[in-house]
Amino acid sequence: MKKLFVAASCALAMAAGTVQAKDWKEVRIAFDVPYAPFEYKDENGELTGFEVELAEAMCEQMKADCEFVIQAWDGMIPGLLARKFDAIMSSMSITPERAERVLFSEPYYNTPGGWFGRTDFNTDVTDMEAMKGKTVGVQRGTTMDTYVTEEMADVVTIKRYTTADDMVLDLEGQRLDVVFVDYPVGEQTILSKEGFKEVGEPVKLGEGVGVAMRQRDKDLAGKVNAALKKLKNDGTYDTIMQKYFSYDIKM
Amino acid sequence: MPEFITEWLNQNEIFTAMTMMEYWDGLVSTVQLVFLSLVIGLVLAIPLAIMRTSKNHFVSGPVWIFTYVFRGTPLLIQLYIIYYGIAQIPGIQDTFWWDIFKEPFYPALLAFVLNTAAYTTEIIRGAIVATPNGEIEAAKAYGMNWFMRMRRIILPSAARRAVQAYSNEVIFMLHSSAIASVVTIVDLTGAARNIYSRFYAPFDAFIAVALIYMALTFLLVFLFRKLENHLLRHQRPAGSS
Repeated sequence: MKKLFVAASCALAMAAGTVQAKDWKEVRIAFDVPYAPFEYKDENGELTGFEVELAEAMCEQMKADCEFVIQAWDGMIPGLLARKFDAIMSSMSITPERAERVLFSEPYYNTPGGWFGRTDFNTDVTDMEAMKGKTVGVQRGTTMDTYVTEEMADVVTIKRYTTADDMVLDLEGQRLDVVFVDYPVGEQTILSKEGFKEVGEPVKLGEGVGVAMRQRDKDLAGKVNAALKKLKNDGTYDTIMQKYFSYDIKM
Repeated sequence: MPEFITEWLNQNEIFTAMTMMEYWDGLVSTVQLVFLSLVIGLVLAIPLAIMRTSKNHFVSGPVWIFTYVFRGTPLLIQLYIIYYGIAQIPGIQDTFWWDIFKEPFYPALLAFVLNTAAYTTEIIRGAIVATPNGEIEAAKAYGMNWFMRMRRIILPSAARRAVQAYSNEVIFMLHSSAIASVVTIVDLTGAARNIYSRFYAPFDAFIAVALIYMALTFLLVFLFRKLENHLLRHQRPAGSS
């Protein structure tokens, strides 16, 4: 009888454990900072930015208690799979390769890739003849990297960087002719300096940015999608977007 | 690459023909970089080590400063200073130096050469200092001048004592070369990082590259054992081959 009781309470505890894990009253969301204006720390050290505010609104909508985790980009997907957090809202573009490892929500924004160079750069970046022999900088593993690798690998020399800072330094030092980088990042880190300009039209790439979750957490994805849809329709999304951007990134 | 191998490889999810070529190119640049820096480093280190053992402080002092600076700072910092620092010198882009330092290969080679030269200098210096007095006295008794003593007695004798410590330096250099990937060189580690970020498969990408480094290390260990056997053959017991 006693054994039966122990077994029963074990089973009950396990069941309770699963129920608790599945109701998503607490969600841990990871960001890679600084990636202004999407996620960064303001002068008081508070985490803020477009995605952070969107995450706050989303959690309110989901009636969940959210904890924000800071995680470096390199360890994002491994950290998610290792259950260090439950979702990534750190400008992660949806790609087929990533979709094999994680479960994406519906996209919630899409920024174009922008071409930036020094003011004396006068080549048309879409003209493959003229681009021959030029050196292009990209951030490793970004959709811009994939685009340049697939479209221009035979024409230009591609250099891949881990951080945007190193890349801008090499553009400044004339090791690179032009960089192809996420538009807001270029606007923030390159156009803010003297001697640089945007060259060519921004290119819309990929399927946009989504919330990344573990494959098995389909119920969480359902809640996230519902919350995002609500925010996009009731105007909350537009209010947050207009606070940070002068152009449209809604998707 | 033959067609059938390409086709066979392309059945893999990660280790496709393209991935393999990337690793191969990485292997070529790692081997080039490490081999060149070791050869140039060794050529520099021998005269530096002789200078370092000089009793004249004006000769040994500068070498002492050089080895302490380069052994006292991390290789990564030296590489950053040389690679990014040179590009910041005003007007450098208009000189012929820029043709050399524009590419990441030469700044990395320079950093590696200086670093390994510093360590090798100290290894050889230690071996020279440890030369038994008797050998030098015997050479003097034969009437050899300084140059001949150095060439015939001290350096060959020092080489035998230095070779084991130097084999470690070679292996460390191979492994240190992994940091070349931070200045956009696609060496083995750079290739692994590219592949990792393309497929989000850290285990596959990095374990594969670790195995390649390990194979290179075993090859080096094997070659140095051959060299040791050759240099120390006079110490072998009589009768063994």
